[in-house]
This record gives sequence, C-alpha cells and structure tokens, in this order.
Amino acid sequence: MSTSTYQRRRATNALMLSLCSLFAFAAVGVLVLILGFVLAKGISSLNLDFFIHMPAPVGEPGGGVANSIAGSFFTVGLASLIGIPAGIGAGVFLSEYAGHRLGDVIRFTADVLTGVPSIVIGIFVYGLVVLKMGNFSALAAGIALAIIMLPIVARSSEEMLRLVPHSQREAALALGISRWRTILSVVIPVAQRGLVTGALLAVARAAGETAPLIFTALGNRFWSLSITGGPIDALPLRIWRYGIGPYDEWHQQAWAASFVLVFTVFVISLAARLLLRRR
Amino acid sequence: MTVHSQHQPEAPIMNYEMRIEHGHQAPVSEAEALAGGVVVRDLDAWYGPFQALRRINLLVAPKRITAVIGPSGCGKSTLIRCLNRMHEVVPGARGSGQVLLRGEDIYAPGVDPVVVRRRVGMVFQKPNPFPTMSVFDNVAAGLRLNGFLVRRSQIAETVEKSLRQAALWDEVKDKLSRPATELSGGQQQRLCIARALAVEPEVVLMDEPCSALDPVATLKIEDLMRELAKEYTIVIVTHNMQQAARVSDYTAVMMMAEDRAGEMIEFASTREVFTNPRDKRTEDYITGRFG
Amino acid sequence: MRAERRRTPEGAAALTIRRPWRIGNAGDAVSRAVFAAMGLSLLALAALLLYELVFQSRLSISTFGWGFITGTRWDAAAREFGAAPAIYGTIVSSVIGLVLGVPVSIGAAIFLSEIAPPWLRNPFSFLVEMLAAVPSVVLGLWGIYVLAPWVGNPVETSLRDHVGFIPLFNGPAFGFGMLAAGLILSIMVLPIITAISRDVMLAVPTSQREAMAALGATKWEVISGAVLPYCRSGLVGAVILGLGRALGETMAVTMVIGKGYNISASLFQPASTAASTLASEFNEATYDLYISALVELALILMGITLLVNVLARLLVWRIARSPGLVRE
Repeated sequence: MSTSTYQRRRATNALMLSLCSLFAFAAVGVLVLILGFVLAKGISSLNLDFFIHMPAPVGEPGGGVANSIAGSFFTVGLASLIGIPAGIGAGVFLSEYAGHRLGDVIRFTADVLTGVPSIVIGIFVYGLVVLKMGNFSALAAGIALAIIMLPIVARSSEEMLRLVPHSQREAALALGISRWRTILSVVIPVAQRGLVTGALLAVARAAGETAPLIFTALGNRFWSLSITGGPIDALPLRIWRYGIGPYDEWHQQAWAASFVLVFTVFVISLAARLLLRRR
Repeated sequence: MTVHSQHQPEAPIMNYEMRIEHGHQAPVSEAEALAGGVVVRDLDAWYGPFQALRRINLLVAPKRITAVIGPSGCGKSTLIRCLNRMHEVVPGARGSGQVLLRGEDIYAPGVDPVVVRRRVGMVFQKPNPFPTMSVFDNVAAGLRLNGFLVRRSQIAETVEKSLRQAALWDEVKDKLSRPATELSGGQQQRLCIARALAVEPEVVLMDEPCSALDPVATLKIEDLMRELAKEYTIVIVTHNMQQAARVSDYTAVMMMAEDRAGEMIEFASTREVFTNPRDKRTEDYITGRFG
Repeated sequence: MRAERRRTPEGAAALTIRRPWRIGNAGDAVSRAVFAAMGLSLLALAALLLYELVFQSRLSISTFGWGFITGTRWDAAAREFGAAPAIYGTIVSSVIGLVLGVPVSIGAAIFLSEIAPPWLRNPFSFLVEMLAAVPSVVLGLWGIYVLAPWVGNPVETSLRDHVGFIPLFNGPAFGFGMLAAGLILSIMVLPIITAISRDVMLAVPTSQREAMAALGATKWEVISGAVLPYCRSGLVGAVILGLGRALGETMAVTMVIGKGYNISASLFQPASTAASTLASEFNEATYDLYISALVELALILMGITLLVNVLARLLVWRIARSPGLVRE
C-alpha cells in the first residue's frame, strides 16, 4: 500500500471525524446561544409587576403580561380538556379494539395530521368556529390547540398501552371482568405513567404554538376569561406582537415573556422525560 | 515437547528430536513462527475490570491451520480478536503483552491498527456480507479502501482470483452484479472469505466460521480451509472438536480459570492433543465430560 | 351472574356461566362505540379539514382558477391575488434550510452514534432534542435581534464582497430575507433529522461495522462504507420529514424573512412563504375574496406538506416493517 494513499486516508479520517464532532457541538452550541440570549435579555425585565399587571397603555412604560399568562393557561387548559381524553380514547381504540386494516389507516392519518402546519389548523378552525360564532374566542383557540394535540396524544397513548403485557389483560378477563372495565381499571392504570408523559409533551407543544392563535384567539390587551365572549390573549401571541412592535419597552417585555414561556415549556418537557425514565 | 505457558521469551531456539511421521506434525519452532507466522507472548486481555485472557502464549506456524478449542466463554474469540486488534474496538476493552506478526509486535506504540487489520484478515461466525453491495463489490470492498488497484480491470482480476480461491467463482461468475444477500448462507460465508482474501493478508483468522451453516456447507468450507492453508496461515476458533481434529495441524486448548479468565492449558499438534493429551482437563473436555 | 347446569350429548354435566345480557355486554358495546368514535374522529378530522379548506377557498378558486398558482402579484387593493411568490418562497427557504441543516444534522448524528463515548450519548442527544422544544415564536424573536443582523453583516456583506458576481449573492444586505429564513429553518429541522438519523444508525448491526473494520478500514471508512449505506433509506426518510417540518414552519420564518412579495434570484431579498403570508395578512383581510384567497393559499400549503409527509411516512413505515437487511 502506497504511503501517500495511506496518509491521505488518515487525513480524511481525522478531518471527517472532527467535522462530525464539530457539527454536534455546533448544534448544542446554537441551543446554548438561543437560551443564553433569552435568559440574558429577559431576566432584567422580570419582576413581580411583570407577572401580575396588565399591559400598560400603548407607548407607556411598565405593565405586565398577566392577561397573557392567564390566557395561555385558559386556552391550553381548554385544549387539554378536549384533546387529551379524546386522544387517549383514540389510543385505546387503536391498541385494544381496532382491526389491523382500520388501525393502520387511522395510525397513518394521525401521523399525517401531525405534519399539517399549525397555521393551516388555525385557518380551519377560523372557518369552522370563528366565522360561525361571529367572534374570536377562547373556545376557538382551545379547539384549534386540541386538534393539534389530538394525533400526538393518540399515537403516544397507543404506544404506551401496547406496552402493557397481554397477561395483565388476560388475567382480568379470566376473572370475568368485562372488557371495558379491564381497560379502565387495569390497562390504563398500568400504562398511566406513559400516558401522562404523552399528554405532557402534547401540552408543552400546544403551549408554544402561536400561528393557530392568530386566527382563533386574536389577542387582547385586556383581561378576558370568557370561553366564547371574545378575543383572548396568550403568551406566544404577546411575544409576537411585542417582538415586532415599534417600542423598545415592548421588545424588553417580549424577551421576558419568552423567558417565561421557554422556561415553562422546558419544565413540562423535562418532567415528561423524567417520568418516562423512572420506569 | 510442547510449549507451556511458562515459556521463556528469551530462551534459545529449541531443537526437537521428534521427526515428522505420517500424520504427525513437528511441534512449532519459535524461529518458524517468528519468521512467517504469529507469536503470542504473555497476552492479557480485559473487558473493563474483567480479565478475559491471562498470560496466553502461542506459536502459530506459517501456512498451517491452528485450531483454538475450549468450552464456551473461555476466551477463544477474545484471543483471536487480539490477533488483528479487533478486540480494542469494543468500548472499555484493552490488552497487554505482545503479538508478533512476522516478528513485529502489532501492539507496539505507533502501530496503526488499520494496517494490522489489512495484514490479518478475519472471517466471522455469522456471514456478514455488505447488503447494499453486489457480489463483486463485496469482494472488491477491501481493495477499493486500501487504494490498491485503481483500474477496473485490475480489480476484476483480483476479484476473480479471490473468488476462485474461495471456491465460489463457478457458482457466482454470472451473478457478480447481483446483491450479495441473494446467495445462500454457505455461499455468503465463502464470499466473506473471498472478501478477506482479496486484500492479500498474511494470516486469516476464522471465528467459528461454520457454526451458522448446514453440514454440507460446513464440509465445503473445511475443504476450502485445507486448500487455503497452502498459501495462508490460518487460525480457526471452533467449538466443534471433530472439526478441529479433521482440519487443523495444531490445536491450542483453552480453559476458563476460577475467576473466569481464559488460560491456555495445552498446545501441541492436533494428533497429540486428541490421542495423547497431557493435561487432564484437556482429556476431560475432549471426551465430553464437561464443557 | 347465573350458573346453569347443562347436559352435554355424552350426558356429563357441564357448568356454564352466563352473564345477564343487559349489564356486561351493554357496557362493552357502549364503551366500544365511545372509543371507536374517538378513534374515527381522527379520520373525520382529516376529512373535515380537507373539506373546509376547499369549501372556504371556492370563491378564490372560481375567481382565479389556475392563475392563482402562476400569478405573481398579491394586491389587496386591486383585488388581485397570485400565489407564485409565496410558493416559491416556501420551497426555496425550505431547500436552503435543508442544504444548510442536513450536513450538520447527519454529522451530529454520526457523532452521537459512532464517535461519542456511550456515557455522553444520552445527555447530548437530550440537548439536541431540547432544541425542538423552543417555541417557534421565541426562535423568531432571537432571529430578529440576533440572527438577522448577523446575517446582514458580516455574512451577506462578505458573501457579496467575495462571490457577489453570482446572482444569488448580490443585492442590498438587509439581513432580513431568504437567507435568514433558510438559516432559521436549518436550526428548526436539526433536532428531527438528527434524532431519526441517530436512531437508524444505531440500528445498524455491529457485524457490519466489524466486517468493514476487519478489512483494514479507518473509522471514517467504516462509517461511510458500512454504516451510512446500510441505513440510507432511513436517512432519506429523516430528511424528508425534516423537509415537511420546514415547509409548514410559520412564526420564526415570518419574523426574519422581511416583507417582500416577489420572486428574486438573490438570497438577500426579503421574501415571503405561504405560511408567512398567511400569518401577516390574515388579520388585515377584510373582504370575502381576500379571505378566500388566503384560505386557498393555506390549501396549497397543506397540499405540499401533505405530499411530502406522506412520502416520508411511507418510507419510514417501509423501513420499520422490514427488519434486517435493507434491499435496494
């Protein structure tokens, strides 16, 4: 073997391995960069006022994002109420009842649905709910977010339910317990940790969504907690509106709000993963 | 005389009084092994904290077949993987001692394992052809890597030569561009042998090459081994004692010590080991009393 | 529950337990129906989604016909809506995102699967996946104040200085534009492509790596010769899934792509994607045709992402169902 070929191979090896390592560190580096910025820029505006006050009149300093935080809780809460039970139910259907063919079709549809851009979902709900009702509302927002959560929860629930050993189901059925009671009292409780994990990850996803809210919640500078009464604000919406707005004040608050949002989403995601790991 | 574990590396070349009789091979001389084969001196090997091999000493005669036998878990595979520096690929694995290939220590500092592995080829227990490559490309894989030959005609020549050496040419000569996975198990293993031979190694290691194959394929490969031994030095690990007795010139017997480390308890010509073993444990193992 | 003695033909008594029909079976039937409804709701949702979008865009479809896809002007005042620049922007920004993101993702996946010591693998993978948890709007905010200015200067200015003769790289260095959008998309597709690629690489059998190594291959040659070819279908699937994600991405892209509705050769120009157009225009849509045009744009966007996602899913499904050797 010629030495020059050999040297070339060694050089290529060193180069490519270094490049791959560099890329991996770059990926993590970007994350650190982004989080670092959010932290650095946001933390200065974080104070109690930020959390308990409403937005100040346009152009004036001060104020907070209390209504946005409340709105986020409200809309995501509504969405979870609709989306999580339906999602788990769909997961139950896929894992316990559905035949091979039907199951495949539903599974495929769910996978495809998760790929639909969330903005399209928002427009869909706009046509379906907002136009019919005549106004923007928390309900519309909740429905939009629920539609986003549904396929995610369905698929993860199905996977978790499938992990429950058949012997558990058979033991219950052999005792004469009916199928539905078996599912409710045996299968679901055994899988509960996994189901909660799936639900948490879906909630984290919904909490960070902005686009669907543009068409359903619209946003509101004032306090609003009615389900169908009118526009409602949410943290991602506020971040957007303040972020692209003309005032430096607003930009500051956008960073602070970003920090709160990222922190929340990360905590939920981490909790979900830790839950899963503790099996 | 046989080579014991207490062999002194600095001892002079031994003169043996035994002559070569029909069926008997003279025991290996160290000079021979140093010049053209492999000498293993005081080899230890660990997987993390667990010692898998202890003070292994072995002389592998050039152009002969040396078999390594012993019960499961005694470290046979670990041993031959140390001979081409594949052992250290496992995370946490390490070794110490010397392995002299034609007198040069492959574990000397500064030696590139990549070079060692080209000179010491390996055939694995389960045939592992590259599924995304054709029969031709599989055999040529090593050639293309090493930048040996560049022109397609040269590569084609070497591929044919290797396939003939592996007794596979006639069966695949009109299937060269078919995916390697279309071949039967026995054919795939011979393909892997051809692939190993294509880079012209000095030693060929075989780790239980027939254990995943049916008896007919096994016999074909055993015949192949004897042919290959005319040109290559072969070390084969096998748990099949009849195979070792049929095929090999020399046999090394390994046993697991109480702390589960592998030790070499006997090394002699195959005839000797199977008809007149010196160690009681060898006799027990061969007669099937354990292992 | 009632126990009943019954005589079998042989005369021996057999004990049969019969459940009263009303209680047990009714519960099962009802619950089955409920769960089925929830499962089928996914199908209904998909169908309804398609229907609603088509329905709401009918005005625009009937008004513009195919001209909607080829038209290049988006003028609300003139009541003229053409989606070509939006579609162009969607595709080009996603392609840039992939061109920049795929090498980094695959490289990172190789690191995680083949190079990193086992103890580093999990925490590192976790960090990369956390990138996916950052909400799009926050990424967009970072894009506005950190990425876009950096893209404007030094990235675009140096590109213009050195390779400005290529049409791609000339024009005013706004920062906000197609290039920034592509960059932010590359960040967004990174976690998904890396995670899937890492998984398919880890699934390559050790025997394949050993076979290549035993021939005297360097570590990189083992990776490029044995690992990557073996799992290339999976890698392609990962990339296509990443593409699907990039096509539908809205907030981050909207915030850094500037506001230009045109088809331009230069990457420095502000541009639009279908998603960014929808996000920025919708709240200003005041009359029916305007809204209908936007819905039609949404329909087209969904069509494109659907196509890509279905392709990716089929590929990934095919691999998941054929364990072992991948035949080409």
